This record gives sequence, C-alpha cells and structure tokens, in this order.
Amino acid sequence: MCGTGVRARTLVTVLVIRADLVDEIVAHARRDHPDEACGVVAGPEGSDRPDRFIPMLNAARSPTFYEFDSGDLLRLYRDMDSRDEVPVVIYHSHTATEAYPSRTDISYASEPEAHYVLVSTREPDTHEFRSYRIVDGVVTEEEVEVVESYMFAHTGADDIPDND
Amino acid sequence: MAVTVSIPTILRTHTGGEKSVEAKGSTVAEVIDDLEARHSGIAGRLITEGKLHRFVNIYVDDEDVRFSGGLEAPVGENSSVTILPAVAGG
Repeated sequence: MCGTGVRARTLVTVLVIRADLVDEIVAHARRDHPDEACGVVAGPEGSDRPDRFIPMLNAARSPTFYEFDSGDLLRLYRDMDSRDEVPVVIYHSHTATEAYPSRTDISYASEPEAHYVLVSTREPDTHEFRSYRIVDGVVTEEEVEVVESYMFAHTGADDIPDND
Repeated sequence: MAVTVSIPTILRTHTGGEKSVEAKGSTVAEVIDDLEARHSGIAGRLITEGKLHRFVNIYVDDEDVRFSGGLEAPVGENSSVTILPAVAGG
C-alpha cells in the first residue's frame, strides 16, 4: 500500500522525573548560588527512573566550574553499585548563563546513558530546568516530563498511534 | 597474581560489556599495559602522552593514584583497581 503504514520514527528521548526531585535539585542550585551546585539522582540499573537524590559537594567551589571530589566520587559509585543503581541523572547549575551544556561540560561528559540536567539560577525568581544526552561529544536536548509519581507516568508504549 | 579492575560504563565497549576484568601488574602502568593486551584500545582512553588522562580517575583500593605516584603507583597482590570517569564541567 502506498503512503500508509510507514511513518518516520525518530527516537525522541525524554526525562521522566518526579516533581519532588526537581524541587530538590532546584533548591540545591539556589542554595549554592553563586557557586555551581552538582549532584546525582540514582535509580535502579536499566530502569531509566531517577529515584534517590544525592547532592554532591562542588569540590571546585566555583561559579564557573564544578567537580565531584575524587574520594566522594569513589564512595558514590561504590554505594550505587551495592544497590544496583546507576546515575540516571547527573545535574549541575549554571549561575550566570543559560541551562545549556558548556564546552567543558561536553568534554567531561562520560555517562552515555545518563540524563545531564542543567539548571540556570541566573534569574532570581525563575529558573530553567533542561535535560540533555551527551554522547561522544554530541549534545541532544530532550523533553522533561515532570510527574507526581512514576506509577501513572507515561511509558512511551503509546507513542505511535494506530493508523486506522 | 591478577588484580580485579572495575570498568566504567563508557569503557565497557572495550571489555565486551564486562563490569570488571582481571589484569596483571605491580604498578598502575603495568596493569594498564596488561589491560591493553587483553582489551585493545582501552589504554588510549586512560593515558595521553604518557600521563593519566585528566578526565579519568584511577584508584588502587581507596586511593586516587594522582595522590600516590600516578602511573607508577604500586598495585599490591590483593588490591582492587577502579577506573571512574571524573564528573566535572563548567
């Protein structure tokens, strides 16, 4: 049949995240402003579901750079390993610029399966909260879907509507 | 005596998906040489121009080798080696 049945499918990624986790991330970013804040939301391996909020210390204590302390990093990964978790979200704030990955962010990004969340706190009353995949130096912004609970969250299974 | 080396997600393409592998050596440099012999291409992800890549942390047991001799840091018979990408940015 011509013209029906086949439609272009693009792989659209989305970060589905609970509202309380978004609130925690934004609150951390506000608290550390004007320095950059950073941390992780861990979740069960293979689930792509952020669950456990883990604020980290910015060892650089800088308004333009962030870095997990290397000892903290080792403890974090050991802890996640022991719980069969992975860093589903890796977040940090930009305190004077937009919530878009910088060149430094891209060069350091080494978790191809993580959602890299950026929060901008440059405006005192509003914030930007955006999410990206960063794989092999390529940045792809993705949608952020904030939910109250994962129980009723959109699963992606109904993305392609029936043709008839 | 082989030590266990923990491999981060981003380098598991070199180890057939394995999270940890065995390698031999009494220093970090020797362990990396042995890893390279078994998992081609991995050394280039860890070392540039004879130095540990700044985007990568290597630990012997709980010690970041940057603070214990770098590539010459000793690896004991019962040590474990952990490779983790730094989490940092601007």
